[in-house]
Amino acid sequence: MEMDTVLMSRLLTALTLGFHIIFATIGVGVPLMISIAEFVGIRKKDPHYRMLARRWARGFVITVAVGVVTGTAIGLQLSLIWPNFMQVAGNVIALPLFMEVFAFFFEAIFLGIYLYTWDRFKKPIIHWLLSIPIVIGGGLSAVFITTVNAFMNTPDGFTFENGTFAAVNPIAAMLNPATASKVFHVLSSAYLTCAALLAAIAAFMILKKKASAYHKKALKLTLTVTFIFAAINLLAGDTSAKFLAEHQPEKLAAAEWHFETEEGADLILFGWLNEDKETVGEIRIPNALSFLAHGDFNSVVTGLEETPEEERPPLWIHYMFDLMVVIGMFLLGISFFYLLVSKVKKWNEHNKWLLWSIFLSGPLAFLAIEFGWIYAEEGRQPWIIRGYMTVEEAATSSPYVGLMFLLFLGLYIVLGTLCIITLRKMFHNNPAEEELEKQYPTIKKSQE
Amino acid sequence: MMSYEIIGITVLWFFLYGYLIVASIDFGAGFFAYYAKITKKDHIINQLISRYLSPVWEVTNVFFVFFFVGLVGFFPDTAYYYGTALLIPGSIAIILLAIRGSFYAFENYGSKRSNLYMFLYGATGLLIPASLSIALTLSEGGFIIETNGTVSLRVTELLTSPYSWSVVFLAIVSVLYISSTFLTFYAARANDKPALKIVRGYALFWSVPTIIASLTTFIALSQHNERHYENMLDLWWMFGLSVGFFMIAMLLIFQEKHYGLAFISVMLQFFFAFFGYGKGHLPYILDPYITIYENATQESMGIALIVAFIAGLCLLVPSLILLMKMFLFDADYVKGKK
Repeated sequence: MEMDTVLMSRLLTALTLGFHIIFATIGVGVPLMISIAEFVGIRKKDPHYRMLARRWARGFVITVAVGVVTGTAIGLQLSLIWPNFMQVAGNVIALPLFMEVFAFFFEAIFLGIYLYTWDRFKKPIIHWLLSIPIVIGGGLSAVFITTVNAFMNTPDGFTFENGTFAAVNPIAAMLNPATASKVFHVLSSAYLTCAALLAAIAAFMILKKKASAYHKKALKLTLTVTFIFAAINLLAGDTSAKFLAEHQPEKLAAAEWHFETEEGADLILFGWLNEDKETVGEIRIPNALSFLAHGDFNSVVTGLEETPEEERPPLWIHYMFDLMVVIGMFLLGISFFYLLVSKVKKWNEHNKWLLWSIFLSGPLAFLAIEFGWIYAEEGRQPWIIRGYMTVEEAATSSPYVGLMFLLFLGLYIVLGTLCIITLRKMFHNNPAEEELEKQYPTIKKSQE
Repeated sequence: MMSYEIIGITVLWFFLYGYLIVASIDFGAGFFAYYAKITKKDHIINQLISRYLSPVWEVTNVFFVFFFVGLVGFFPDTAYYYGTALLIPGSIAIILLAIRGSFYAFENYGSKRSNLYMFLYGATGLLIPASLSIALTLSEGGFIIETNGTVSLRVTELLTSPYSWSVVFLAIVSVLYISSTFLTFYAARANDKPALKIVRGYALFWSVPTIIASLTTFIALSQHNERHYENMLDLWWMFGLSVGFFMIAMLLIFQEKHYGLAFISVMLQFFFAFFGYGKGHLPYILDPYITIYENATQESMGIALIVAFIAGLCLLVPSLILLMKMFLFDADYVKGKK
């Protein structure tokens, strides 16, 4: 059987990115959480928070290692799997790719310094200062790489002559129409997801063992940050939707099964399509799509019929979009609910059901990242550079992509498994309470 | 005024050189750590090795990423030719790098030391330089061909070429040579006499195959790509300097003094050989398909990349100096007191 190399190329890229994105998100978000915890610890002179920073940092290194190697993989795979794309687009997007590596370099240097200088300075604030370049480096690499992806969605900053890009303006290509909303959404969701992840760990520890002061503080800190970024992320999502309505209407229309251009368009949640392509069993919110798209309940929203049939994205991305949005709302709700309960003296914020919901929010946040990313990528099919190059034209002609897919699948299974085993071992045999006692002999276990 | 193409390739070549040095230290150290374990000397030198490697392993990787991202950026056609031809060897190199990088973290930051991780770490340390050096071999031409718009790799020619094998051999022995001379310096710095004795022995031992392999590679190249060989003969003084620094390094290590200077001589030895090789290679990046002039990116992008590069260096150089001051030249840290 002839293997479809284009399909295999897409699957291999999706596999590598889908795996990398988990660790990339951690790489962007967790440094901020570490930095916040250490800062709070220094300001409040509370060793609990500094221990939090220390233990998070230790686990972080393991995920960074996997992030670095899978990031290297995707960097090389871009040229190996999509040689024709890189040959053409290299002229326009080389700058942000280059800058991304600089940002990563900067982060790598300071991460090495940060990890090995915990007790080296007399003033603890100096060590905290070292965390800032890590946060900035991680954030900037996300920014730069996102501009590349934004370019693929709304190419800009060049003229197109005889099948190649001419008169290139690298800065204009980076600052294309999609950049601002994408960067905003990527950063806020990465910070949100990592806060939710660390909150999930704290909730799990309280459920499994008794609620020690250490874990209670961890829960409160992480959920406060979760709430803040969930709110910001809601705004970012709204900005993205308004951007799509204006610049990529077919992506929004496919996500919302909005076929006919009309004013006062309804927002459709879930449901399915029957044989006549009519929506069945959906939850319908009247006029909400118009509001989401243009901030006006009666505005006109472009339907999918305006896009030529062969240039339409697949309709199943509707589910990806809905799941992402629902999870985002859940994260906002659960963190708000926790903060509310903790303010009222009579209520117990460590209620078993509440803690289980918080625990669930960690994995859900990562799922939302994956769903959102699949939605964004599938939503620009069949284009690799929207309007200029389709994925068919960009893929490698090498017949061995299928074999490489299996090889990398095996690699990621091994890496993922070993990463979890190593992290488990690292913390299972070394509870926070014992480490606190060792590190800060002034705190007694009884105070916990 | 140099053209942006020349600046571009020089910058990239510097980064590849940087990678050659830092990665060799890292790859060789991995091999020596495993070798020490099976010869039951690990308690003497592995502490030393891991103290150096732990804060810098991530930085090493970036040099490499920098090189290939920069190469594709400055010369996008490299993506088309190398990308298509190298799908399999490139993917294998990625997997080896992935095993190496992540297993280092699992091993060193995780709780339990595992023999299997050590073995894989040591083995990949030799396999990666071998697999990466294939890209350099291919650049000489004759191994990648384009017929009717399809690029393919001539695997049989590659596997039967004396030149490609001499490059692989050179890559492996130089890794061990560079790494052991660095570890000699580092052990002397830490005042760790027993470790110094072992790694100094490695350095003296690996110097011999390194210089032999350099010569055989030179001869094999003369038969594979005469143009490049002639160019290199015109640059005879660079290779002369390279041999000169090799002798200085060996003399110092043999006399057991100035190990820091000895390592700098090793760096200069490779610097002149590497740049002499690179300069002789120009104007081709991939003989005969890609030259730096015909296949460079648009001028606006080339200049933007150079500006980004200078700005990046202003950020990186002070940070790298800070890193080295804290972990390489901080005597207390090296001795294990911090």
